[in-house]
Amino acid sequence: MNTGNSGSSLETEGLNAETEKAPFRKLGSYSNTTATLALAKASFRSIMRSPSAVVFTLAFPLIFILVFGFLGGGGTRIDVGVTPGSDISNPVITMLSKTGMIRLVMDKSRADFDKLLEKGNIDAMIDVHRKVNSAAYSVNVVYTSASRDKGGILKSVLNNVFYDKTLKPSVAEIKENTIVGREYKTIDFILPGQLGFSLLSTGVFGTAFVFLSLRQTLVIKRFFATPVKRSSIVIGEGIARIGFALIGALFIILIGHFFFGFTLVHGVATVINMLLLATMGIIVFMGFGFIISGIAKNESMVPPISNIVTLPQFLLSGTFFSIEAFPSWLQPISRALPLTYLNDAMRKVAFEGLGLWDVKFQIMILLIWGIGIYAVAVKVFKWE
Amino acid sequence: MEIKKAIISVKDLVKKYDDFVAVQGLSFEVYENEIFGLLGPNGAGKTTTLEIIETLRDKTSGEIIVDGFSVDKQAQDIKQIIGVQLQAAGYYPNLNLIELIELFAGLYGANIKPMEMLEKVNLQDKAKAKYKALSGGQKQRFSIATTLINQPKIIFLDEPTTGLDPQARRNLWDLITEIRNAGTTVVITTHYMDEAEQLCDRVAFVERGQIIALDTPDNLIDNLVNSGFERKKEVKKANLEDVFINLTGKEWRE
Ligand SMILES: Nc1ncnc2c1ncn2[C@@H]1O[C@H](COP(=O)(O)OP(=O)(O)O)[C@@H](O)[C@H]1O
Ligand SMILES: [Mg+2]
Repeated sequence: MNTGNSGSSLETEGLNAETEKAPFRKLGSYSNTTATLALAKASFRSIMRSPSAVVFTLAFPLIFILVFGFLGGGGTRIDVGVTPGSDISNPVITMLSKTGMIRLVMDKSRADFDKLLEKGNIDAMIDVHRKVNSAAYSVNVVYTSASRDKGGILKSVLNNVFYDKTLKPSVAEIKENTIVGREYKTIDFILPGQLGFSLLSTGVFGTAFVFLSLRQTLVIKRFFATPVKRSSIVIGEGIARIGFALIGALFIILIGHFFFGFTLVHGVATVINMLLLATMGIIVFMGFGFIISGIAKNESMVPPISNIVTLPQFLLSGTFFSIEAFPSWLQPISRALPLTYLNDAMRKVAFEGLGLWDVKFQIMILLIWGIGIYAVAVKVFKWE
Repeated sequence: MEIKKAIISVKDLVKKYDDFVAVQGLSFEVYENEIFGLLGPNGAGKTTTLEIIETLRDKTSGEIIVDGFSVDKQAQDIKQIIGVQLQAAGYYPNLNLIELIELFAGLYGANIKPMEMLEKVNLQDKAKAKYKALSGGQKQRFSIATTLINQPKIIFLDEPTTGLDPQARRNLWDLITEIRNAGTTVVITTHYMDEAEQLCDRVAFVERGQIIALDTPDNLIDNLVNSGFERKKEVKKANLEDVFINLTGKEWRE
């Protein structure tokens, strides 16, 4: 259809809105809600029967969860907090930072470190000071049960240090302690990432394919021959897609929880918070889908364009690895992507037990993305 | 001669696609409860004209009134009293016929029993089938069923018999006649003259966006004969299609 044509039918729509208020119209004879719900029902049925939707939303994330659930974490990096007041210029600390595996975290108060340690956000805390009346150092290490594996690695590194010939004379003793913390398992990292990616693919691919094919097969044109409003078509499709995505999300969370020990700090309340975040996420991601359905000329153009949107987020938004593990030049890119913030918020809500208000920053970034995306979608979306 | 009431009136309709004038000042009326045919070759402007009346396309100029409503200002009212079969429309994917009818019932806000709608077009056996799995004739009958959901005053059928085999065409003619007999006005486009002659009460010949003749099929033929026209070959009492139908039967066979 030529654009001039569709532009002027928008005007007709405007006129319709006026006539609806006109007194001669049969009042109460037509319900927009009924039409919207009929569409939502039809769309939901259609999605449930579409193999690709089910595969993208459920099978992929579950396969990744399965693989990573059994495989264990990716690249190892151990975060070690240095207790305030520690002597930094000592040979032990220098040695540790040379291993390349250990990242030293400084400039935090003791209380902060204790919290981080409990959650397993840092893997251990180290305190080095010179022994009274001695040239030798005393090393005090606190491990956490929240991060046993990494604590173990640190332990063997420290042992090497202790027996290192060059250091031996200057290190007098290593004292070790373990505090009890909540265990942060691989699944606690992987599942929110997979969930976020599942929402991204359903939102982008699903929406783009549906609206493109409804437009091209003239299904939408046939709808326009009924009294249904454009807004009903968009909202009906939206309800179906959100409903489907949430069922998928719930399924993933429950499988993760019961089969892989995914942590839900506040149980059902945490699940509800996660589903609310999922709703925000899918709405934002559907915006990409609307845009793609408008710019794609045919169905074969949908996957490549969608991949431009989904692939970078898949790789860079902390789906598989914490974005802190990326080189520093990549991190600003990661921090620009909406999925990064959804993943981040999901992890905070699920594992740290934060409420939605505590992740308001992440939600705000998603909101800004949403406004931007829909502003573009309104411009490029095509009805005919 | 009885006085007929016009349910559709089209005056000086013009439609331009950029520089190309597809419809060049059409004027005609469709009477209540008749079967009105728009005849013409491909590209004549039949679909364009129909879709403007159906409020699906904007016109360049002219005036159209459908059952007292103007297409400019009361498109929404028109949509409620018409049923539309598009020349090439598809249906929502992955749904069976019953579910599609339910969807349209929701879109029209009509309270109907889906199975009864399918019975009207003899598709009750295909209730659980997908639209894509239907034969050509069944697809057209299903499309016609969707036009009847809101109990419209007028239905528009755009080339419903194109591409169908002779039996399927005859079945469709019977169905369309039934719908008319139940009180609905039918506007149909076709490029088959035999179909127009059998089915339509009045026909308009459209050629390059203009009406070149408009009358009942009988009158048009009589006028031609009166002008001294004679067919070159003596007409036999039957044609090859009659032979085919006679041999294969006329029952619903899909
Ligand atoms: N959207 C459109 N943009 C440009 N030209 C069009 C468009 N739709 C139809 N036309 C042109 O208008 C003429 C009439 O088309 P149409 O109404 O479809 O004819 P018919 O239904 O009689 O075959 C054709 O030449 C066609 O190419
Ligand atoms: Mg046509």
